[in-house]
This record gives sequence, structure tokens and C-alpha cells, in this order.
Amino acid sequence: MFLALRDLRHARGRFALMITVVALITFLVAFLAALTAGLGRASTSAVTELPVDRLAFAPPAEGASPTFTESEVTPHQQEAWADVPGVGAAEPLGVATVRASGESTAAVTAFGVRPGSGLVPGTGDGGADVSAGTVVLSRGAADALGADVGDQVGAGPLDLTVAAVADAEADFAHTPVVWVSLDDWQAVGARGDAAAGDAQDGPTATVVALRFGDDPPTADALAATDAELGTVTATPREARSAISSFTAENLSLTLMQVFLLAISALVVGAFFTVWTIQRAGDVAVLRALGASTRYLLRDAIGQAGVVLGVGVGLGTALAAGAGLLAARVMPVVVDVSTTLVPAVVLVALGGLGAVLAVTRVARVDPHAALAAR
Amino acid sequence: MDLTLDRIRLAYPDGDGVLVAVDDVTLTVPSGTTTALLGPSGAGKSSLLAVAGAPLDAPDDAAGAPRAARGPRRRARRAADRAAALRRERIGIVFQQPQLVASLTVLEQLELMSHLRGRPAASRRAHALALLDAVGVADRADRRPEHLSGGQRQRVAIARALMNDPQVLLVDEPTSALDHERGVQVVELVVRLARELDAAALLVTHDEATLDPVAARVHLADGRLVEAPAAV
Repeated sequence: MFLALRDLRHARGRFALMITVVALITFLVAFLAALTAGLGRASTSAVTELPVDRLAFAPPAEGASPTFTESEVTPHQQEAWADVPGVGAAEPLGVATVRASGESTAAVTAFGVRPGSGLVPGTGDGGADVSAGTVVLSRGAADALGADVGDQVGAGPLDLTVAAVADAEADFAHTPVVWVSLDDWQAVGARGDAAAGDAQDGPTATVVALRFGDDPPTADALAATDAELGTVTATPREARSAISSFTAENLSLTLMQVFLLAISALVVGAFFTVWTIQRAGDVAVLRALGASTRYLLRDAIGQAGVVLGVGVGLGTALAAGAGLLAARVMPVVVDVSTTLVPAVVLVALGGLGAVLAVTRVARVDPHAALAAR
Repeated sequence: MDLTLDRIRLAYPDGDGVLVAVDDVTLTVPSGTTTALLGPSGAGKSSLLAVAGAPLDAPDDAAGAPRAARGPRRRARRAADRAAALRRERIGIVFQQPQLVASLTVLEQLELMSHLRGRPAASRRAHALALLDAVGVADRADRRPEHLSGGQRQRVAIARALMNDPQVLLVDEPTSALDHERGVQVVELVVRLARELDAAALLVTHDEATLDPVAARVHLADGRLVEAPAAV
């Protein structure tokens, strides 16, 4: 690093420009990662935070994936899942987006659950549960509706009393979640026969939420039960793709991140290619003076490491700071996965670009210094 | 240690034929002395100097060699590193142009030579300052090359070549960019330092007017050693 550090100091303008470019790319990648994670959470947190092991969907059309929009499960399927060995609890869960009004009006997603199901956040600690005629609001729903405990909230044909405001963020497809009793859910959100009220054994929920016991069923047993009951089970994480907006949104943002990462590798590689060509004369002199290939490579790669390290560090710090500020008004998540992980990937890809560029120092001919040919 | 070049022949591909740059040259430079290698442009002086410096390593076409040729490429790279080690440990080279590294101060140009040998750069600072003093630029130790005159740069290049106590000193046209007076001073400096350090110095030049301090002279023409041409 003897030469590398002195080159950095001597050509500080060029390196400052490059470090700025790397920092800006890092900022974009990290902030986009934070936004992707934030939007993902705003789209799926109510599902991923469910205290369950699997969700059983009604089978989709041939060749399609299950979706919350189209899934309808029957009481028979729910009861059959409850009898499967290893399944500790099988609770019906209704999911429907409805228009609700309190002090203000907003779209919310109503989760229909049975009292005592344990699917409402906080109820396990003795907090308020759902019951007929009442609703539990998430924090986001309470803010959106301007409602608090004891207020009346209109949802479809029903007027419900706010029993509690859960101390949890829960969102589904970018709408805040409210919890109502499964019976009330039939009135505000159910589709098909249940909504028409003419089916004794009709669809009563969107999915069956499964909690395993101490001896959970094997994957084979789950598959066999799926086949027997005509359902498709998925983990809460897998069930994110059953939310119609999530997959397309996540794919678009992830693709943008991938492009930015590729661009960063190209930009860093291009800079060090030009830089290495510019200093080819000095490298030829060094080789003629006796510098080994390893010495030259170590010096050049070390220089690239400094540029990448400082640039990525600055960009990551900037993105983390901006993310924390933006979190008040935007769905962003600032954590290890949206700061350090992009930083490590950027250093790795940028380093790859730089290494490919600087290896040309090994091919510089010392005769260039001696002008022998 | 004497410098001995024994039946040196250097040829390059040249179209369909071969260009012989150096042909059957045998030459010995005793330690502690300086020998001037004279000849017109294109006579092969710098080529002979390049052979003496052993920097003829990987062939140019090795860079684009196919995968099957990776073995030869690796061997060529090892040979290049062996030649580099030889230059680092035993040979001091002064190029036709000073070829100083732009980002380094005068003192750092010399400390770099220690660093190339794997020693801490500042480990021989006193030696570096003594050399700079010997060539008369100690007062410029913290300046960068852009702030030096042509003669000062050439003096720094000579000091750099001597930094690792070489047994052989190869000096290529050190006076080409200098006026006569400074050219003579540089040649005197090379002769004196070679004697003091007991190094064998081979000095390439086509400017005989600066060579008063040099006793031994050989002439090269068309790649071969020849008798000194008659004075006109």
C-alpha cells in the first residue's frame, strides 16, 4: 500500500470523484433495499407475523398459485385439518379488504377469526380478543380511521365497537388490518355462499391457519393431507406470494437493485481500467526497478479496496440515516438486511470489477520503461 | 562483482523475417569501474542494456494465449518475477528519462526501493538521505518530481538506482535531456559512485563529449561491437 496510499493522496480529486460515485450507488442500492423491505412489510406483515406454522388454501385453478383473493375453505376442511396428527390447532381465518369508517374513512383488511383463536396480536398476553359486535384495530387502522377504544366503526352493514387497539403494526396489501369475529366477517367480507347466507356447510373462511403440536406432521404427511382434503399448504413466508400485489412489486424493486449492483461493478471496473491504463508508465518503471507481480497486484487491489470501502461506507451511512428519517413518512426498513448486506454485496461485486481491471498490471512490459523496443 | 555479457544475441520477429538487435556481443565491466557503450541511434545499445538488466520476460503474445497455453504463461510469469528479483537485489537502473513516480516525493522515490525489497519504507531513510546528499539534491527531499529541474530529476534517478547497493549499475543515455555542463556532471557522478560502491557500471550514450571522466569505451554498430570509428 506504499504507492497506493500516496497515489490516493496525489490524485485526490479523481479518487474523491470515484468515492462519491460509489457512495451514491451504495446509497441508491441500500435505500432501495430499505424501501423494498418496507413495502414488502406493508404488504405482508399481517401474514408473516401470524403465530402459525402453515396456512391451508383452497386449491387454485389448474397451473395457478393459490391467492388470498380466490381461496375459500369449508368448515369440513378446517375440521379435517384439526384432526390431523401433529396439528395442534386449525383455525379458520377470513381475509377481505373492506371500506371502514370511523372519524374518517379508509380501506382496511378485515381478518375474521374465532374468539380465543390466538390469531389477534396481544390476546395471548390477556389482551382484548374479538367478540360479536366488536373490532380490534391495528395501530395503523386506528390512525387511518381516527378511532380509539370504545368508538364505533362502520364496516359494511355493521357498526362495530372498538374493543382494543393492538400494540402491533399489521398490514395486508398496503392496508391496515382489523380483527373481527368470524361471524361478523361473514357479513362484512365473505364471498360466495357464506356471504349469501344460504349455506349451512358453505365457505366460512379464506384459509385455515395451522399450528403444529410438539410432534409436527412430516412434509409427506402434509402433502398427503393436502391431496386428501383438496387444499394447498404454505408457510406464512411462502404465503406472501399469495398476496396479489406483493410478487410484482417485489420483483420490480429487486430487479432495480440487481441492475444497480451490476452497474456498480461496471463503474468500479471501468474506473480502475482507465486508472490502470493511465499509470501503465509508472507500473512499467516499477517492474523494471524490480517490483514483483504480487507486489503490484497487492498495491493496486489495496487501492481499489480503499476506494470501495470508503465509498460503500459513506453510502451505507447516508442511506441508513436517510432511511431512519424517511421511516416517519414512508414504508422503509433499516436493518442489517437493508444496510450491511447490500454493502457487502457491493464491495464483493465492485471488488470483482476492480480485480479484473487491475490484473492488467501483471501484463505491463518493463521494456516500456527502458524503451528497448 | 564484474558484469560479464557473453555472446549476447537478441532478435525480434520483423514481418516475415527477423530483426537482429544485438549480435554476438561479449563484454566485461570490472567492478568499481564504468564502461561507456557508444553508438548511433538504432545501434542496439538500449537493447543490450535491457538484456543486461534481464527484463526480457513474458513474450507479448502470452497475454492473449489460449487456455491450453496457461502452463507456458505461468512459467513466463515466474521467469519475469525471477528477473524482477534480480533487478531488485543486484541491479540499479537509470533510464533515459528519469521516470520518477509522480505521486512520490524525492525521498519516497528512494524509500520505495526498500519497500520493493519487503522492508519498511522508512527503514533506510538515513541511507536515502545520504545518497540524496551525494547527488546534491538533499534539499529537495520533500519535493515531488514536478517541482524539480531536468538535471535534479536525473540525479534523483541515479540515487534511486543506488538505493539497494547494486552490484551492477546500468545507465541509459542519462545526459540526453541535459545541457553539456550538467551532462558532464551526471557522468562524473556515475563514475564516482560506481567507484565508491564498487559497482560495475555500463553507461549507454551517443554523446562522446560528456565522457571525459570515463576511461573504458566500447562502440556498437548494427548490433555488433566494432572498433572505435576514426575521429573526423
